[in-house]
Amino acid sequence: MSNYLKPLPKIDERNRAHWDGAREGRLMMQACDHCAALRYPFSSLCPKCQSTGSSWKEVSGKGQVWSWCVFHRVYFKGFEGEMPYNVVLVKLDEGPRIYSNIIGVDKDKLRIGMRVRAVFDQATDDVTLVKFEEDKS
Amino acid sequence: MPDQSLRNRAAVIGVGTTKFGRLPGNDTYDLGAWALREALDDCGLKASDIDGVIVNRIPDYQRFCEAFGLNPRYALMTPGQGRMSGATIELAAMAIAAGMAKTIALVYGNDGRSAGDKYGGETDRYGSGGAGQFFPYGMTSPGAVHAMMFACHMHQFGTTSAQLAAVSVAFRKHAALNPNAVMRKRVTVEDHQESTFVAAPLHILDYCLINDGGVALILTSAERARDAKKPPVYIRGFSQATKLEESALPPEDYWYGPMQAAAKDVYEMAGVKHEDLDALMIYDNFSPTVLFSLEGFGFCKQGEGGDWMQGGRLELGGQFPTNTSGGHLSESYMQGWALNAEAVRQLRGECGERQVKDARLIQYMCAAPLMTSIIYGSDAT
Ligand SMILES: [Zn+2]
Repeated sequence: MSNYLKPLPKIDERNRAHWDGAREGRLMMQACDHCAALRYPFSSLCPKCQSTGSSWKEVSGKGQVWSWCVFHRVYFKGFEGEMPYNVVLVKLDEGPRIYSNIIGVDKDKLRIGMRVRAVFDQATDDVTLVKFEEDKS
Repeated sequence: MPDQSLRNRAAVIGVGTTKFGRLPGNDTYDLGAWALREALDDCGLKASDIDGVIVNRIPDYQRFCEAFGLNPRYALMTPGQGRMSGATIELAAMAIAAGMAKTIALVYGNDGRSAGDKYGGETDRYGSGGAGQFFPYGMTSPGAVHAMMFACHMHQFGTTSAQLAAVSVAFRKHAALNPNAVMRKRVTVEDHQESTFVAAPLHILDYCLINDGGVALILTSAERARDAKKPPVYIRGFSQATKLEESALPPEDYWYGPMQAAAKDVYEMAGVKHEDLDALMIYDNFSPTVLFSLEGFGFCKQGEGGDWMQGGRLELGGQFPTNTSGGHLSESYMQGWALNAEAVRQLRGECGERQVKDARLIQYMCAAPLMTSIIYGSDAT
């Protein structure tokens, strides 16, 4: 899949569990070992209790659209072929907000509060992205 | 709140601005030096009269002072983020009150247009610099963050993009009266609505203009300011607040909470109420920031800003003429610095066709993860 031109995540020891999980179809979020708070973006320190230890916890992948925007300007060449494209900030039912894309919803139909669930979109042999689709259940 | 005794202790005695636009062949040092020469001329001081220097966006204070031939007692640099203009002016006012320096030059240079700054894509370092984690999903740029905030405001309060257009329309009307503004052709609400999207729901007319330019301000103590060439403009009140936790993501409240705190402090320190203000200078990286600031600083109730801005309220002749230079949307994106220069010039009555009649009190405010506000006055009451 060397023809994948969009930016890829920089996978390292600090975030590998998230990307390994995505390849297996599981949404893994970072949880503080001390106070259990989930955090995003991934980081080495818990902003709630300043502890350093963390583990990876599978979450439901369900949540709602917290906000949205639609890009009409090309900032990354790899996206050129699918302009305009949406970016959403999803508030997971477990609490954290994460950036992603909604699949299968017209840009004029994006709305805040829309129930969504995670889907796993293989980008390359090594990388699967966590995207979302409308959850009609 | 800063100590009440700091009210009117420092004053701006000199302002200098370069041309704005595409100024190839000028780096940030050249642009800063150009602005500083103008500011020294403006107040009739020599380089040797400056004993404090703070540079902003210019990468190295040492190189700047070496090139300009300055040996200040006090020197510092602040990060090249727009929110730092207000913070730097506040710091200078405190340094003067503390006796760290008598006369401080604040020097800003921005070669963003010639350098091809995009504020999005691989080089995006907005906010905490955590943006790289979002690139695989195509998320980037401060504009997109503000687009998301505005989408929330639309959803929560029913604000519309056509209401937001009042900001772009007002500032462009002002820019048409400012010979140094980059964009001077009047626009209408329809022009705004028909302009292309960048990150929807924001249109290109909601975005600031990346350009080259420089701004310098010279501050001194109120006592010394009385001997300056032009009437001093006093720093009557100032405040700061932040929302840095979780600031890699948009704030959940449009920074309303911390802005309310900054508002209480600045009005109390200055002894000023909203209705006393003759004009406003509001950091307008994107037009929603103006809406959020008006609500956060209590000019209207939260959620009512869209309605409140209608009917020319922000235009010259309206209740609160705002960004009379055209601001970042129409004069040039000088990261707050040129708005502070405009406040000084308005209070001196130097603004020609765009002059606010008998302006005595002007408030600057900047909404961002680090927010600041400064109230300037033409007298030291
Ligand atoms: Zn913790």
